[in-house]
Amino acid sequence: MKRVYLDNNATTAVRPEVLEAMLPFYREQFGNPSSVHWAGRAVSGAVEKAREQVARMLNCSPAEVVFTASGSEGDNMALKGTVEALKEKGNHIITTAVEHPAVLETCRYLERQGCRVTYLPVDRDGMLDLAELEAAITDRTILISVMWANNETGNLFPIEEIGAIARSHKVRFHTDAVQALGKVPVDVQKANVDLLVISGHKLGAPKGVGAIYIRRGTKMAALIQGGHQERNRRAGTHNVPGIVGLGLACELAGARLEESAARIRGLRNRLEEGIFSRIPEVKLNGHPSQRLPNTLNVSFAYIEGESLLLNFDMKGVAASSGSACTSGSLEPSHVMGAMCVEVTLAHSSTRFSLGPDTTKDEIDYVLEILPPIVQRLREMSPLYNRKEPMSCEECQVIRKVAGTTHE
Amino acid sequence: MYTEKVMDHFSNPRNVGEIENADGVGEVGNASCGDIMKIFLKVENNVIKDVKFKTFGCGAAIATSSMVTEMAIGKTLDEALELSNASVAEALDGLPPAKMHCSNLAADALHEAIKNYREKNK
Repeated sequence: MKRVYLDNNATTAVRPEVLEAMLPFYREQFGNPSSVHWAGRAVSGAVEKAREQVARMLNCSPAEVVFTASGSEGDNMALKGTVEALKEKGNHIITTAVEHPAVLETCRYLERQGCRVTYLPVDRDGMLDLAELEAAITDRTILISVMWANNETGNLFPIEEIGAIARSHKVRFHTDAVQALGKVPVDVQKANVDLLVISGHKLGAPKGVGAIYIRRGTKMAALIQGGHQERNRRAGTHNVPGIVGLGLACELAGARLEESAARIRGLRNRLEEGIFSRIPEVKLNGHPSQRLPNTLNVSFAYIEGESLLLNFDMKGVAASSGSACTSGSLEPSHVMGAMCVEVTLAHSSTRFSLGPDTTKDEIDYVLEILPPIVQRLREMSPLYNRKEPMSCEECQVIRKVAGTTHE
Repeated sequence: MYTEKVMDHFSNPRNVGEIENADGVGEVGNASCGDIMKIFLKVENNVIKDVKFKTFGCGAAIATSSMVTEMAIGKTLDEALELSNASVAEALDGLPPAKMHCSNLAADALHEAIKNYREKNK
């Protein structure tokens, strides 16, 4: 069966050249980079080379890069490390209602520890009101945390403008750039960010490695205590092969960023236009243009996302959904809720995220199999072509607009 | 995550559709997981002659709807009222734990349709 992978925002395949570069560090170059002997020395150079590669990608100095084990760790470190380091200064954090759970859940934890958190709402396109952001800043505000790009919709937030606002109020600025890196230019100087988090497996490096940029002079408490690694900012023996992989993946992604983004954008637009021209009653979730070049999130009215994904899967197509059934929770996506997407449409939200290996043939294959699947599920739906109102109370609740239950 | 039987009923659902001038119609929903199931009945001499369903929901929701229609056809109304969500799940060789309390409403929809039939024929 044909296999089409359109879930690159979930994870990516390790690039073959990245894997090749990593392999020696599982075999002959197995040393601990903290050791002084020959085995350690051979390896510490590789870690520092990777640090330079990451720094070039972000336009910062290598000393400002700290390796982590994941994007979630980086976000935890940015938030908790700031709260502890700046507890004399204040306890207020400003973030958005559409952040990744690594930020949102950490904020909820910090609220239980006595912090105050403002969750900025978004409009129906999923965008922020920057005047509202600026108005939320108080003399107790210690951190603004806004993601560079949203993982579900692909929406790009105006990071440079937010950075300028944060700078003018002398408030620290953190951004989760996990989805942005490798897809759009990420420059910490232009963006005026103080903390920026990346993850390897979203751009062709393996799972289990990431990094956080910490602007020089930014006071931070360490999340993991124990060793002197990463200049006491993050204890733990280096994941040398993973770090080497992350470094090379950054170099490769950086080298052909514009070319690759333009190609992927063309394919994404082909998919988007193809869907809207072939299937009626489809809603775009996210901003029409301020979006990652690889991401398309749409809702097909009257049908539910998991059913759709299972049907795709039977045809070899991998995508993802904001439906409750696929998240493991019983609520549809908080991002769709924050955008006030109607509940049935939120349950139907389907994300296609393209990658460097996506081809035109694959997109055309998806466009070929999609309309009959959607039509079949619609014929099966009690909401499709419905004339009479919903009789049961629960069903009426389902049809109401989401968002009211979310803060 | 789904059993073979669930996937079979999901990919080839039995008795999908509507019955025109149905003798009984039942509709139930679960707001938190966003499933809506609608069941149509044709009843003769207290026996279910035909059942059709329409469902908005995940794989489990569609499979349980399909299964309950298969189980209900030919049963008397009282027998059909004894079908439970649990017995539908069991007939499918089980559902993932998260779906047991969420997308497992098909017997409820059937019961609603029987209730509707009885109210109309009091």
